[in-house]
Amino acid sequence: MSSPTDPDYSPLRAEGLGVRYDKRSVIDDLDIRVPPGSFTVIIGPNACGKSTLLRALAGLLPAATGSVLLDGRDIASFSAKDTARRLGLLPQGAVSPEGITVAELVARGRYAHQRLLRQWSPADESAVTEALRLTDVADLATRPVDELSGGQRQRVWIAMVLAQQTPLILLDEPTTYLDIAHQIEVLNLLHELNGQGRTIVAVLHDLNHAARYASHVIAVQNGRIVAQGPPGTTITADLVAEVFGLPNIVISDPLTGTPLVVPADTRLAHPVGRAEP
Amino acid sequence: MSAGSPGALDVGRRRVIVGIRGWSLIIGLRSAVIGVLVAVGILVLALLALALGDFPLTVAEVVGVVTGRLDGLPRIVVLEWRLPRAAAAILFGAALAVAGAIFQTVTRNPLASPDIIGLANGSFTGMLVALLLLGGSWPLLTAGSLIGGLAAAVVIYLLAYRGGLHGFRFIVVGIGVSAMLASVNTWLLLRAELETALFASAWGAGTLNSVTAVTAVPAGLCILLLLLLVPLVAPGVRQLDLGDDAASATGVAVGRARLAAIALAVCLVSVVTAVAGPIAFVALAAPQITRRLTRSPGIPFVPTALVGGALLLGSDLIAQHVVPLTVPVGVVTVVLGGGYLVWLLIHESRRRA
Repeated sequence: MSSPTDPDYSPLRAEGLGVRYDKRSVIDDLDIRVPPGSFTVIIGPNACGKSTLLRALAGLLPAATGSVLLDGRDIASFSAKDTARRLGLLPQGAVSPEGITVAELVARGRYAHQRLLRQWSPADESAVTEALRLTDVADLATRPVDELSGGQRQRVWIAMVLAQQTPLILLDEPTTYLDIAHQIEVLNLLHELNGQGRTIVAVLHDLNHAARYASHVIAVQNGRIVAQGPPGTTITADLVAEVFGLPNIVISDPLTGTPLVVPADTRLAHPVGRAEP
Repeated sequence: MSAGSPGALDVGRRRVIVGIRGWSLIIGLRSAVIGVLVAVGILVLALLALALGDFPLTVAEVVGVVTGRLDGLPRIVVLEWRLPRAAAAILFGAALAVAGAIFQTVTRNPLASPDIIGLANGSFTGMLVALLLLGGSWPLLTAGSLIGGLAAAVVIYLLAYRGGLHGFRFIVVGIGVSAMLASVNTWLLLRAELETALFASAWGAGTLNSVTAVTAVPAGLCILLLLLLVPLVAPGVRQLDLGDDAASATGVAVGRARLAAIALAVCLVSVVTAVAGPIAFVALAAPQITRRLTRSPGIPFVPTALVGGALLLGSDLIAQHVVPLTVPVGVVTVVLGGGYLVWLLIHESRRRA
């Protein structure tokens, strides 16, 4: 078992991971190492297996071959509660029960820390209060979740995952269905949480967001990894063309200097500009 | 109170946190008040149930018997004739309501209830087979309906299982199985002697007419035991409200939690059905009525049990004393529940429109 001082240490790894849905292989023989303290972003086209990969990394899908290692140990050997105390996940399609208030929903994140006859402890109270504060929804605590806007609701869900108090947080497309301002707001929040020492793994659709916010990018296509590494060297025009089948150019983001993907405009005489014939 | 001390956090709902030596329970104030009111209602209905009948007693006489100050015939009437039936009504109602709450929560669908997904028809099939083919003493009939209900549940579970259980598929498969069993039941009834068929039909409507201490005591003990197991599965079931993935991510072993909860619900329903026949709509209506009364997120189990008890006891009073001739209680619950269902469907469709 590797220790945190080991240079190769990773809180979450996949080794030779294969995942199947109804006997169809979605992921095959895949190796991943999430760097400790990183903001890792998984990118790839629709139906490439990135959500499946995230769910397998969270222990929600069983590995057909290989294994997922959480803190160096096979995730399948942890109980559901043990996993939930080490790793939090915001899945797609989470449902907020009708009439539930913000604080009540955030408190649901404490399930793994509670017992039948210990339903509310000082630790629960401070974790929920802290999560509400970090996500800036403390003012909404008593409001029904149904009444919130999409952006507020997403922050509440992130607060629920934070209340779980795990060093590792996985998020499946946390910015989908949000307008651009709220997308940036959520990403800034994740950046902040990452800065406080949490390791973040997120599936994102927007390559430019990935380039700007990630410290580590994993590009997935057809259930296998095409490239992984820091965005500056990983997100290249060739990679985007290969993974998404989209002709493009990559320029430097004028604000951050990170890669900025500009799709080719096939309606023009020179779809990717005059510089490249 | 400083942040971090339990109870300081305002969750937008008044609640009390009872804590002793590291143990703590959360009690919603509104749910508690509703629970107490319904419990008082049950007490009033129970007094009526013990007083009314061919040998009418005053409430004072009933209280006298219960406190041991009155003896003789009133004592026999109250304790031996009427108490088993009233107690059975309360416990059976509670059992059906809790079973309905479990089904509706694990499937995330307010239409999921044991009578709709075919458990009741399965029990009836089992009972008819025991009655027509094996002769039908009470223990045989009870065993037949228990096995029938459990077998129907297993068949539905296996047919609906595809690498996981999806609420909607579970309900649709259940309705299909229910329809098939209903035709089997009709066929069995048509083959039976007239007298046997009449007896079976009364049982098939759901009735407390034949409940005596002999059947009520063992069934009641079974139900109490099963109800005591509910708190073990309740926290996980409640977490399923968030969706399977979120429940799993927060630490619920989803498959196991759901299977355990469904097994418990099936046992609760089967015990009731074995004694009283398939009493319709209590399991469907009680959880939804309770959720609307308590305005709590998800279905709270304790108030639901009380509402179910009140519902069945009240329905049985109507069946015995309000309707001119004694009808099976199932007929009354169908009428009340049917009205409720119509209201629910209209209400839900208006809200979505």
